Amino acid sequence: MRYGYFPGCSLKGTGRAYEESLLPVMQHLGVEMVELDDWSCCGATAYMAVDEGKACALAARNLALAEQGGFAQVMAPCSACYLVLNKTQHFMQDYPAMRRLVDKALGSVGLKVSNDTPVRHPLDILLNDVGLDAVKQKVTRPLKGLKVAPYYGCQIVRPYSTFDDQADPVSMDQLLQALGAEVIDWPLKTKCCGGSLTGTLPEAGLRLSYILLKEAKKRGADLIATVCPLCQFNLDGYHDKIEAKWEPVRVPTVYFSQLMGLAFGMPANRLGLQRGFIPMPSLPRAEAVAA
Amino acid sequence: MEIKRTIKYQADRVRGFGREVMSVPGCEKLKDCIQCGTCSGVCPLSIYMDFTPRQVMALTREDFKNEVLASHTIWLCASCYACTVECPREIRITDIMYELKQRAIHEGVYPKRFPIPVLAQEFTTMVRQHGRVSEGLLVTKLYLKTNPIAALGMAKLGMGLMKTGRFSLKQENIKQRADLARIVATVDNESVKA
Amino acid sequence: MAMEKQNQEPRIGFYVCHCGTNIAGMVDCAEVAHHVGTLPNVVMSKDYKYMCSDPGQELIQKDIAAHGLNRVVVASCSPLLHEHTFRGAVEKGGLNPFFFHMVNIREHDSWVHTDRQEATEKAKALAQAAIGRVAHHKALETKRVDINPTTLVVGAGIAGIHTAMTIANAGKQVVLVEREPTIGGHMAKFDKTFPTLDCAACILTPKMSAAGAHENIRLLSYSEVTKVDGFVGNYKVTIKRKPRYIDEEACIGCQDCIPACVFKTPKFADEFNEGLGKRRPVYIPFPQATPQIVAIDPNVCLNFKKGENGDRVVSDKCKKTCVEACGDKDAIDFTQTERFEEIEVGAIVVATGFQTYDATRSPSYGYGRYDNVYTALEIERLVNASGPTGGHVVMRDGKSEPKSVGIIHCVGSRDKKTNAWCSRVCCMYSMKLAHLLKEHTNAEIYNFYIDVRTPGKGYEEFYGKLLEEGVHFIRGRVGEVTDWAMTPEEEGKLVIRVEDTLAGMVRRIPVDMVVLATGLEPQKDAQDVRRLFNMSCGSEGFFLERHPKLAPVNTFSDGIYIAGACQGPKDIPDTVAQAGAAAAEVLALIDKGYVEQEPNTAFILEDECSGCKSCIPLCPYTAILFDEKTDKAWINEALCKGCGTCVGSCPSGSIVQNLFEDQEIFSEIEGVLAYD
Repeated sequence: MRYGYFPGCSLKGTGRAYEESLLPVMQHLGVEMVELDDWSCCGATAYMAVDEGKACALAARNLALAEQGGFAQVMAPCSACYLVLNKTQHFMQDYPAMRRLVDKALGSVGLKVSNDTPVRHPLDILLNDVGLDAVKQKVTRPLKGLKVAPYYGCQIVRPYSTFDDQADPVSMDQLLQALGAEVIDWPLKTKCCGGSLTGTLPEAGLRLSYILLKEAKKRGADLIATVCPLCQFNLDGYHDKIEAKWEPVRVPTVYFSQLMGLAFGMPANRLGLQRGFIPMPSLPRAEAVAA
Repeated sequence: MEIKRTIKYQADRVRGFGREVMSVPGCEKLKDCIQCGTCSGVCPLSIYMDFTPRQVMALTREDFKNEVLASHTIWLCASCYACTVECPREIRITDIMYELKQRAIHEGVYPKRFPIPVLAQEFTTMVRQHGRVSEGLLVTKLYLKTNPIAALGMAKLGMGLMKTGRFSLKQENIKQRADLARIVATVDNESVKA
Repeated sequence: MAMEKQNQEPRIGFYVCHCGTNIAGMVDCAEVAHHVGTLPNVVMSKDYKYMCSDPGQELIQKDIAAHGLNRVVVASCSPLLHEHTFRGAVEKGGLNPFFFHMVNIREHDSWVHTDRQEATEKAKALAQAAIGRVAHHKALETKRVDINPTTLVVGAGIAGIHTAMTIANAGKQVVLVEREPTIGGHMAKFDKTFPTLDCAACILTPKMSAAGAHENIRLLSYSEVTKVDGFVGNYKVTIKRKPRYIDEEACIGCQDCIPACVFKTPKFADEFNEGLGKRRPVYIPFPQATPQIVAIDPNVCLNFKKGENGDRVVSDKCKKTCVEACGDKDAIDFTQTERFEEIEVGAIVVATGFQTYDATRSPSYGYGRYDNVYTALEIERLVNASGPTGGHVVMRDGKSEPKSVGIIHCVGSRDKKTNAWCSRVCCMYSMKLAHLLKEHTNAEIYNFYIDVRTPGKGYEEFYGKLLEEGVHFIRGRVGEVTDWAMTPEEEGKLVIRVEDTLAGMVRRIPVDMVVLATGLEPQKDAQDVRRLFNMSCGSEGFFLERHPKLAPVNTFSDGIYIAGACQGPKDIPDTVAQAGAAAAEVLALIDKGYVEQEPNTAFILEDECSGCKSCIPLCPYTAILFDEKTDKAWINEALCKGCGTCVGSCPSGSIVQNLFEDQEIFSEIEGVLAYD
């Protein structure tokens, strides 16, 4: 199992704990992740708002790099990157004019894109390529008694649901259960966290983060598990502002990959857990399980 | 009490605007809108909008360009795609919002010091020049350009990020920046919308 | 006289029709007429405004007499519409009607092309092909086939019952087949009917028992049609009688067996009450079920318990107390198996109805996730006096009454992701349920709609009545139903998030109960039924009528009719009207006593048949037989439908089909190819 790894800007910055946990966990499962050489920003939600032609061409550059590197598949852990790369492929397929434009732009620097390299999310890979049985086999420290609210956010199932149900995704639920955690059922698992609005228009954006945290707490979650660096940032980074405006809703938000690492018996500081603001609760007493 | 004329005359429209938007990839199905309001019903940010997403669809289709491009609605869209997947007419509302944002930026009709369009442009510039986004640098630039005072309120967060090793003012760069520039220049020379 | 003309030199008359501007708007008719006039054997070539009008037909007749025409070609619309008309005109003019050929330059040309010149060229080519073909036409005679006066009606909801009763009242025999243990269909489940609010059972059950007791109706409940052979007037139909484990003759409907069952309390989901009530393994769907015969559900009856190897084992817990209670009547028969019965009928009416949209396909509305989200059909049972709660509207906890109810319209309707069509009845039934719920509970009722559609007699007035009653109408398609609270008043409620589009703002409305107005869609097995009866379906899966305006209950198969919601969503008045129309069509067919068959049948040239039998299994109508004495195949003309399969497959080329002889087809092809 070898994948071209597209980290995206956040996984090198605010979301570096995601990368720090995902790499060892995937390696532990025998998944090879090779970082694409000289990848550039996917464009996220901002570039589309300025120029969709350039947004597509720049995103397609990364797809071309993956092809050039001989990767049959690309792994994009960040939700925005995952969406933008998939969306670019859809746009090129659905609109011949867009395809011609991208071909021309990439051609100007000697790149080519055949547009048939699947761009996949780590959850998809874990469930469908690695398999939950293989994950279970690696669990040495089950997350027994830990109540986790799985939070998928927007962009991995919307608008393209390639590996999970659009309205009621379950892949992370299943993964967390395989780690031994107790999964909280809540209706907000795909609701928006506020995205970049928490920074640009906090009165609107923060409210969405607040609602998520409040509901997770109300339903008894010890923590929220996320798949997206921006969601993690929003749900973790603004507690003082949320408290000032509404009420304390101190529930930690961590990456699913960090929980995997813990369940695999890896030390917390090797999984970037020291980088969160709201500290992870201590795990219930370790019950070592024969590996 | 200040009163304002609210009736719309045909001359208030910018004829052809709706048709132009609907000719852009992803925006075609706006033609099929039945004004049911599902988009607004599922939109997490519709509660702050001056026009609901449904109203933006109606105004766009009916050529009310000035009203649409000046609305807050297009900037409040967080790209969560809830409207797009729930629309019973399969209209890609998120993509239409992107298109309207582009036009508003292009025509410079957005509230001054409004951080959202500024962020979009700073982000784009940074990607174009360096190939990657350095979040710390981007956010700092944003606050300086829009609201330096508010930046003070963010200082604590910045410090926290610094402490957890997540904040840096260093600009990340890719190697092939010349390639990037050429790709952008090529797109500039073509026009998808033609 | 006809035979004489056959051997004469062809003298062809050609007529091209303008059809107002339908054809002339895109085809230069005068030019077509001029071109055809230059072709060999054409004596006469004219264009005319409306060939199907009386003067148009008279034109043909006069020309036959004046110019000694012996062949006629008309280029106009589809033969489906006017072939019959022109054959009649030719016959009146003194020719055999089969010395005529029709060219379709409307549906095949003017309506589908946008370039006038090219369309004109196409019309010329098609006309030239017809001129070549008609020269080889022969005089043919139509055959008459007797019609079996018995009719099969499939499905016994209100559509099937009304069709069957109408035909039976006219003194004709009807076989009425229903797959459920009782007739009545969806209507039997409804509480009241809109807009009059008369009780559905009060108006339906008398019709049900009348149908069950009618001397001209043979009711086969718990049965399904599995095979249909034959053709209009003479269908052979195989019917599967499913085992209900009750001797239908012996059961007197006393129902003593039901309370005698070892299951002291009813335990299994009751289909008639949409699972809101419970029944025993031995049951009758509802008190007025027709026929009044119980049924045993083998999936839950202990007597049918399956052992580990799948074999039936009789559980020792089953004391057969039902058999005991039945006593001397001895109607319970655990050994029953499915039986097949073959019947012969002349006409068939398909009235198989609809199913409601599965609300779990719209997960944002929470059906199946939140207890107090209901489908409309569940509410019909809940407000019904003979329903599972005796008409007491309580929520799933079994005790609390809703103080507020949201009714969401268009669930699985007008939605391209599920069903794109409007289901036509939901606006009205939603308002009916709003009225009934208010009457029962005095709750605040909110209707969430995209458009209120009330196109029926008294319907708009009913809407007005609801407004008077203070029911809320909020124009907006609901975004979602959730159970998380933003405000204290939302705690413990279902919250509906919707844009109030007329007020222009988004609202959150907490309610105790949500009702989903699920739409109507084709039955799950509609495609199988379509194939069984050789019908067509629209893209959405409802059975297709022959013509949406002028043949609404006919199908493309002669002798097979459709009625009710299997053709498309419709309410009870429209269903009954259509059922009556289907009955009238059947009676018109039966009363005539015969059908005229198109003489386009195939026949075998006995001298050339090698007796290889390869055609026999290919014939879809089993019309080909083998004569052991002569060692040759022969075709039963009464059964042949002129499909041509055998003609194309015969290795020795010894099968010929009338109206499609080689010479006719080749000349037609040559006519097109010769044109450049």
